[in-house]
Amino acid sequence: MDNILLLTIEHLELSAVGVLLAMAVGIPLGIIITRYRLAAGITMAVTDILQTVPALAMLALLMMVFGLGDTTLVISLVLYSLLPIVRNTYAGILGIDKGLVEAGRGMGMTRLQLLRLVQLPIALPVILAGIRVALVTAIGIATIGVLIGAGGLGSPIWRGIQQTDAVLILSGAVPAALLAIVCDVGLERLERAMTPRGLRATAHR
Amino acid sequence: MSDFVSFLQYNSDAVITATLQHVYLSFGAVFAGASLAIPLGIWLTGREKAAQACLSVTGTIQTIPSLALFGFALPILGIGFFPAMVVLFLYSLLPILRNTYTSLKGVSPALIEAGKGMGMSNCQLLVMVKLPLALPVIMTGIRISSIYIISWATFAAFIGAGGLGDLIVTGIQTMDLYFILAGAIPTALLALVTGWVLGLLERAVTPRGLRIYGVERE
Repeated sequence: MDNILLLTIEHLELSAVGVLLAMAVGIPLGIIITRYRLAAGITMAVTDILQTVPALAMLALLMMVFGLGDTTLVISLVLYSLLPIVRNTYAGILGIDKGLVEAGRGMGMTRLQLLRLVQLPIALPVILAGIRVALVTAIGIATIGVLIGAGGLGSPIWRGIQQTDAVLILSGAVPAALLAIVCDVGLERLERAMTPRGLRATAHR
Repeated sequence: MSDFVSFLQYNSDAVITATLQHVYLSFGAVFAGASLAIPLGIWLTGREKAAQACLSVTGTIQTIPSLALFGFALPILGIGFFPAMVVLFLYSLLPILRNTYTSLKGVSPALIEAGKGMGMSNCQLLVMVKLPLALPVIMTGIRISSIYIISWATFAAFIGAGGLGDLIVTGIQTMDLYFILAGAIPTALLALVTGWVLGLLERAVTPRGLRIYGVERE
C-alpha cells in the first residue's frame, strides 16, 4: 500500500516536472510568436511533427541518446507537452477581441502592460486548457516510462502484464487512471475559476 | 545508413507483417469507433442530459493512461489482437462522438426551418440538411481519432497483439537503434499519410456553399 502511494507520488512528480519545464519554454514561446508570423508557422510545424512521433518511438529514440532513466522520460514529456501549451498560448492571445487590445492601447498601455493587464488574463483559461491536456497526456506517457527504466506507476502494470498477475496490474492501473482523472477534473475547475468575470457573463448568455 | 537499408532488406518480412497488423488494428478500431459514435451522436442530439453523460464517460476513458487501460483489459479479455482492438476502439470514441454531436447541434436553426418549411420529414432533414453540413466536422473527428490511434496502437505490443510497437519494444530491450527505427518510421509515416488523406477527404466532403467562406475547422 505504502509502495503504491510512493509510486503515485513519483508518477505525479515526473509528469509535473515535464509539464512545468514545457510551460517555462512553451508559454514565452507562444507569446513571442504572436508577433512574428513566420516564426509562428515554423514553431507550429515543428511541434506538430513532434506530436506525430508515437510516444513509444520517442521514448525509444531518446533512450538511445540519453540512456535509461527518469531524465529521458522527462525530456520526452517536455517535447510532448510543448504542442498543446504553445498552441493554446498562441491561439489564446491571438483570439482576443481586437477592440479590447485597442482599448488598452488607447489608455496608453505599453506592450508589456498590455500583455500583463489585458492579454494574459483573458487568454489564461485557454492556456490552462492547454496545460490540462499536456498534464493528462504526460501522466499517460509516464506509465510507459517503465520500459526505459523510469519510475512511477508503470512498473507494477508492466510486471503484472508479464506475470499475468491481475492484482499487480490493477495496483498500478487504478491509481494511474485515478491520478489522470483527478488532475483533469481539478485543472478544469481551475480553468473555470480563472475565467475573468466579464467573460463568464457572456458565456452564460 | 546503408547498414540500416540492408537491415530493412534482411528484416523486410517482419516489418511488412508488423505494418499490416498495425494497419488492421488501428483502422479496424477507428472503423468500429465511427460505427458506434456517429449513430450515437445523431441519437444524442436533442437529448441534452444523455449527451452530457455519454460525453463525460467517453472523456473519462480518454483520460485513462493507455498502459493502464491495456492493463484493465488484460485480466478481462486476455492477450492478443482482439483485446488490443477493444482498447483502441474505446479510445477512438471521444473525438468522433464529440464532433458528431457538436456539429449536428451547430447546424443553423434557420436552415432546419427552411427544410421543415419545404415539408421535409425528420429523416429527410437529417439526411439532406443536417448530415451534409455536419460531415466535414465529423470527418475531422475521424481524422484526429485515426492519428491518435495509429500512435497508440504501438502499445498493443504490450499485450501481445503485434504491430509496429513489437519492433520498437524489441529495439528497447536489446538497445538496438535499427529495430526502433524500423518500428518508429513506418508508424510516423502511417500517421502522417493517414492524416493527409483524411484531410483531403474532409475538404472534399465540405458542401460547396460552406467552402466559399473558407471556414477552417478544428
